This record gives sequence, structure tokens and C-alpha cells, in this order.
Amino acid sequence: MAGILSVTDPDRLGKTDRVDAWWVEPLLTVLGLTAFIVYSTWAAFQGDHYRFGPYLSPFYSPNIKEWFGWNLDFSFAFSILWVPAGFRATCYYYRKAYYRSYFMDPPGCAVGEPHGRSYLGETEFPFILQNLHRCFFYLAAIVLAFLWYDAYEAFFFKDAATGPATFGMGVGTIVLLVNVVTLTGFSFGCNSLRHLIGGKLDCFTCGATARIRHKLWGGVSLLNLRHTEWAWVSLFAVGFADLYVRLCSMGIWHDIRIF
Amino acid sequence: MAEVRKFKVYRGDKNGGQLTEYNVQVEPGMVVLDGIHQIQRTQAADLACRWNCKAAKCGSCSAEVNGKPRLLCKTRLDDFDPAEIITVRPVKTFPLIRDLVCDVSWNFEVNKKIPPLTPKKTADWVMHQEDMDRVQEFRKCIECFLCQNVCHVLRNHDLKDRFYGPRFMVRIACLEMHPMDGLDRTKLLKDEAGLGFCNITKCCTEVCPEEIHITDNAIIPLKERVADRHYDPLRAFWRKIMGADHPCTCADGG
Repeated sequence: MAGILSVTDPDRLGKTDRVDAWWVEPLLTVLGLTAFIVYSTWAAFQGDHYRFGPYLSPFYSPNIKEWFGWNLDFSFAFSILWVPAGFRATCYYYRKAYYRSYFMDPPGCAVGEPHGRSYLGETEFPFILQNLHRCFFYLAAIVLAFLWYDAYEAFFFKDAATGPATFGMGVGTIVLLVNVVTLTGFSFGCNSLRHLIGGKLDCFTCGATARIRHKLWGGVSLLNLRHTEWAWVSLFAVGFADLYVRLCSMGIWHDIRIF
Repeated sequence: MAEVRKFKVYRGDKNGGQLTEYNVQVEPGMVVLDGIHQIQRTQAADLACRWNCKAAKCGSCSAEVNGKPRLLCKTRLDDFDPAEIITVRPVKTFPLIRDLVCDVSWNFEVNKKIPPLTPKKTADWVMHQEDMDRVQEFRKCIECFLCQNVCHVLRNHDLKDRFYGPRFMVRIACLEMHPMDGLDRTKLLKDEAGLGFCNITKCCTEVCPEEIHITDNAIIPLKERVADRHYDPLRAFWRKIMGADHPCTCADGG
């Protein structure tokens, strides 16, 4: 006979009968997200080394300092980064990730939470603000348009000796292109977009517009199936794009011109 | 040749209980429910276990196997390491009656609170497959209540008086997305059903034996419908200037 164990045992953090490594996923999530938050905050505070040739770091796009010729005392990255940060923070996937990993609410499925903690979910401030995800999507889509423009600009290299910009491609061009493609995959698989573009309809066959929206909903749903993967790949890509431009600008890495 | 596997099965009632060890002769292809039946047949005729179809379609044999909410009839023994002890407990979220049998009647009471399909007066009863695809996914639900069991709002926080649980979010989504239905249940979702208590950690989706995408296809779309009505500042502004500020609760959907 085994020891006496009641099914009504009080919960405590991590209490479970699961024998698999359920803690690996939240641990990796904490490590991954914390590394990105620390790096991106540091990079945003720097305020320099965000441009190298035709390459512009996505953390500093749009380059409002260059546009308006402002001489700012602070890093203007913060005037941009709140948009993608808000978009990711309110994203349904990231909510799952940090509720599980940072708040341990719950740390895993059928795993105990810290005992005696009251729970309000997303019914009260601050988490009721998660409902504004669609607003962050609208703003993030604007930022995304600038990043596509930056990727386009990364194909045109200015040479001080020859004068006008010439078409070409460097490793940095590919880095910025991969960055914007993955960000597009992530943004256009958004659950809010999936709803707004067609999911809100009850009838997909009631008229020509509804039929078109059904097709668009199908496309967004296809991207949404891999939203988790897009979220992580795009997070890595955007961090790496900044790192690449930064290290090239500092002269630590050398950009290779493909043609 | 039959091998022997060690089972630990919860024996007890609402006053308490214990895990009891049994040795079970297993054959290739056996599921955990077969092991429980063998224990009943050879060692403990009074072991209580609810089951019916043994085909993962009736939703009766929900339990927790090695800590994971599962259907006993869909959990193959050869999926476990040969040396692993098979621990079987009743579902945690609902009151225990005896051994592996729980009282899940709370779910049936919740079900009664949901307004049923209310056709629009102008409903066209010609159905198109594109319109029914979403709804048919929800209709796969076998009411095993594993999603209700694993949902931490019900399991760890015991907020049964404030949150209906994922199973009933699926039912409401099934009604809300039905092309013939004319009722607006967003106020019910926001208030009585407690949709905001769900923090979309997706455990319900992970345990669903019918592989319904509960979170992505039911709960999140419902959250977005509630956001349309209550949390979208642009839509609120639009409604204000257009004067269309009243949610539809009428049967014709107009």
C-alpha cells in the first residue's frame, strides 16, 4: 500500500503527479524573454550605432531623428518601441507564455500554483487592458510598413566616391529582409486580425464581401496556426537585426557584399 | 508473453483515501481502462470507475494518469516507459463520490444557464459547408470535462461561481457563430459566464481528446466579440457618432 494522499490536498507551487519535464517550457520561456527584454532595453538606451550604410536597426525605425533633424537628448527608440512592445505584451500567445512562466498562473497544466493567491484573471486593471490588443495591432501595422521600406532601402548602397546609390545586396540586406518577413508572418497571424478580417461574421456566404472575407480569414487562420513559432522566430530576428547593424556600425563585424 | 505492470489507483471517498498498488498482467495494445477492468475482475471487485463506450466517444472515463488529465480508454499502456508505474487518480476539480468516480453535475447546471439556439426571424435554413465548418469542430465535444478539470480557474482557484469553464465557452461559441442564430450573448459572456477569468494558458486545448482548438477557435474569438462590444475605443466612438449603441439581443438579429 502506498502512503495516504487525499485528492483534496491543498495546492502548493509545483505540486503535481506529472512525471514529465513540464518545467522545461516555462524555464526556456523565462530565459528567452528575459534575454530579449534585457538586450532590447540596453540597445534602446544606447541611442547610437543604429545605422550602417543602407541598414537601419528595426529598434530605431522610423528614423524620426533623421527625418526632422532633431537633436534629441534621449534615445528616440523609446518613442517607437512602446508600439511593438505593447503589441507583443497583449498578444494572446505571449499572454499564455508569461502568465505561465513569470506569474506561474499556472506554471504548467495540472500543476499547483502558489497557495492562497487571489485570482481575477483579465477582469480587472491592469490585465483588463489586454483587450486593447487590436489597437496595438493597428499601430504595429504602421511600424511594419516602415520596416518594409527599410528592407527596400537596404538594397541601395551609397558610395561616397561614385555618388548615386547603386542596387546591391549585402548580408545585412538579407538580415533586414528576414526580419520584416518574420514580423509580417507574426503580425498577420494575429488573433485580433483574424477576428476583424472575417472571424466576427456568423455567415461567410451572405454576399460577395462575406465570401472574400472568408478567404482572407482562411489565410490569417493559416498563419495563426503557427503563431507561436512566428512569435519566437520574429523575436529572435528583430533582436539579431539590431545586433547585426550595431556590430557592423561599431566595426566589430564586417558586412559582406554579395553583389 | 504477458508482462506485469505496477498500477497505483486512488481508493477512497470524500472523507479521504489513498493510492493502492496493484500488479496487472498486460498484453500488447492494452489501454489503462483495460488495466482497471482487470483489477476489478481479479483483485478489487468494488473499485468504482465510470465508463461506457471504451471508444473515446462517450466521455465517461476521464481521470488523471500520471498527473495528466486523460481518457482511460484512450491512454495506451505502451505509450509509457516499461518501468513506469501507472498512477490513476480521479479528476481533481469535481467532488469525489468514490475511487475514480466524481460528481460532475455542476456542469449540467451551468449548461442550463446558456440560452439555446434562437433562430433569426429571417433565417435562411439553407446551410453552406463554409458556414458550418467552425461550428462542426465544436460539435465534436464529447463532454468528458477534461478541459473543465484542467482549467486552473476551476481547478486551482475554484471559481465555479464566477466562470463557466472552457466546455461552455465552446458551447457558447457554437451558438454565437451559428449562421441561423440571432441572439447576442456577449453580455452573458462578460458578466455571468466570466470570460475575462480565462487567461488563455491553453491547458484546455492540450488535454482535449477530440483535439478541438478550444482556446484559438472558441475562447479567443469570443474574447474578441466581447472586445468589439465593450473594449474597442474606435468602435465605441463609431457607435457614438452613428447612434447605434444598443447591442442586439433580439431574436431576428436586427
